[in-house]
Amino acid sequence: MTAPIAVEVRGVHKRFGAVRALAGVSLEVRAGEFFGLLGPNGAGKTTLISALGGLARPDAGTLAVLGHDVARDFREARRALGIVPQEIVFDPFFTVRETLEIQSGYFGLRANASWIDELLERLALHTKANANMRSLSGGMKRRVMVAQALVHRPPVIVLDEPTAGVDVELRQTLWAFIRGLNAAGHTILLTTHYLEEAQQLCSRIAMMRDGRIVALDSTASLLAEFSERVLRVKLEGCELPGALAARATREPSGWWRIALADVAHLEGVLAQLRHAGATLASLEVAEPELEEVFVKIMRRDEARSSP
Amino acid sequence: MSGFPTLLYKEVLRFWKVSFQTVAAPVLTTLLYLVVFAHALAAHVQAFPGVSYVEFLVPGLAMMAMLQNSFANSSSSLIQSKITGNIVFILLPPISAGEIFAAYLLASMVRGLAVGIGVFAATLWLIPIPVAKPLWAIAFALVGCGMLGAMGIIAGVWSEKFDQLAAFQNFLVMPLTFLAGVFYSMHTLPPFWQAVSKLNPFFYAIDGFRFGFFAQSDVSPWASLGVASAAFGALSWVTLHLLRRGYKLRH
Repeated sequence: MTAPIAVEVRGVHKRFGAVRALAGVSLEVRAGEFFGLLGPNGAGKTTLISALGGLARPDAGTLAVLGHDVARDFREARRALGIVPQEIVFDPFFTVRETLEIQSGYFGLRANASWIDELLERLALHTKANANMRSLSGGMKRRVMVAQALVHRPPVIVLDEPTAGVDVELRQTLWAFIRGLNAAGHTILLTTHYLEEAQQLCSRIAMMRDGRIVALDSTASLLAEFSERVLRVKLEGCELPGALAARATREPSGWWRIALADVAHLEGVLAQLRHAGATLASLEVAEPELEEVFVKIMRRDEARSSP
Repeated sequence: MSGFPTLLYKEVLRFWKVSFQTVAAPVLTTLLYLVVFAHALAAHVQAFPGVSYVEFLVPGLAMMAMLQNSFANSSSSLIQSKITGNIVFILLPPISAGEIFAAYLLASMVRGLAVGIGVFAATLWLIPIPVAKPLWAIAFALVGCGMLGAMGIIAGVWSEKFDQLAAFQNFLVMPLTFLAGVFYSMHTLPPFWQAVSKLNPFFYAIDGFRFGFFAQSDVSPWASLGVASAAFGALSWVTLHLLRRGYKLRH
């Protein structure tokens, strides 16, 4: 049985004056997925999220959350959706608790205190419940925004670069929390510039560039297709044998990178090194990286779209 | 349950938390006007027969403060939310354009009425004035505050900078409220300025409000109520239309 479609985007176009922000975007995210939306600045990720939340109105195309059209059936669509906006914003008139109570009220929830307490606890904000929003650090304000997006327990959660400018400890707390929500059945849609995070968290990934989707696949398939294992070696007092040097690149630090199509080829490469009498100072096998996939896909698309 | 009651509560709480600035300050300003103008003009101006100039001034000044503060409430709340960006917290939940309109409008009216009550409370022991037709006074207070509350939403939605909002306030709302017969009876003006005054919808709100106290007015209270209600209706229609279209809010 396939899970229902949590987010459905069909043929969405959006222009801001002369700028083409979205040029025919279509994608589907299934319920329960941890989905990554990646792309350089200006690719259209935030516009797409805004369109999903009703903050931007597409020129053409439709968007739906759990089958509810975001324009026609906006109340149900928005009830199903929790968005954490990218920019840190807050209302300086209120305390943390008031902010969360008011946000609950906007969703028609009057008696939400126990869930608010739980959110405060799990996001390590309980000691700041009665502090004014102005007095919080940037990272704390970010966590309040996460709590605000979750007051109505939305089945679909969208995080637009939630860890930008957030310290390591907080980032880990946040991801543990979001992972827990995903494990409990929430659909997560994430944009981030930290590709390592995306690689660890997301089961499927869409990459955007210039308002279009240029890659859309499971993280594993993208890594298998566009990235390879690399043997990194540092040699002592000798050069890389010619046969290997042809397929290797040298890093500025002096390490050699030798591509390995398969782990089984490692034996052969080591044998060649031994045969040539090279002395190894250090050696490591680097796993495929999403960053490499990302760079390759962006370059490929750049080559395609330039005349 | 709808998000409307919470949005209304939040809008009222927002100004109430800084009530020294949003209620007490305009009450004080109004009292200063009263003291200065009453002292300077009392001997020269006779507005209505049997009504002293100081008495005449009180309802007009109170209404002027109510109008200005109703406008200030919705417009400043919206522009602040837009500029700081926290307007997203209102735009993302399932709240309709009609509910947003009603919440901002009613909160503005509450602020306007709070200022009005403040003015009367402060002048009561100095200048007791009769309330001949309380229902008329209440009706005009509501329509007047509603008219400016709606106008404040339009200005707040339209403005992108504080500067633009200040222009709206200083070049439109201030002159229109100041020249709406607060300080004089329209009949003391030359015919040309009488005709101009009659184009100002705020004039009807003030004239009608004053009728509620003295049972005397420059034009019939029914006519005033008609004009003020029509202006309120038209402004509300425009406001709702803008909010439904998402003008400058949903891009």
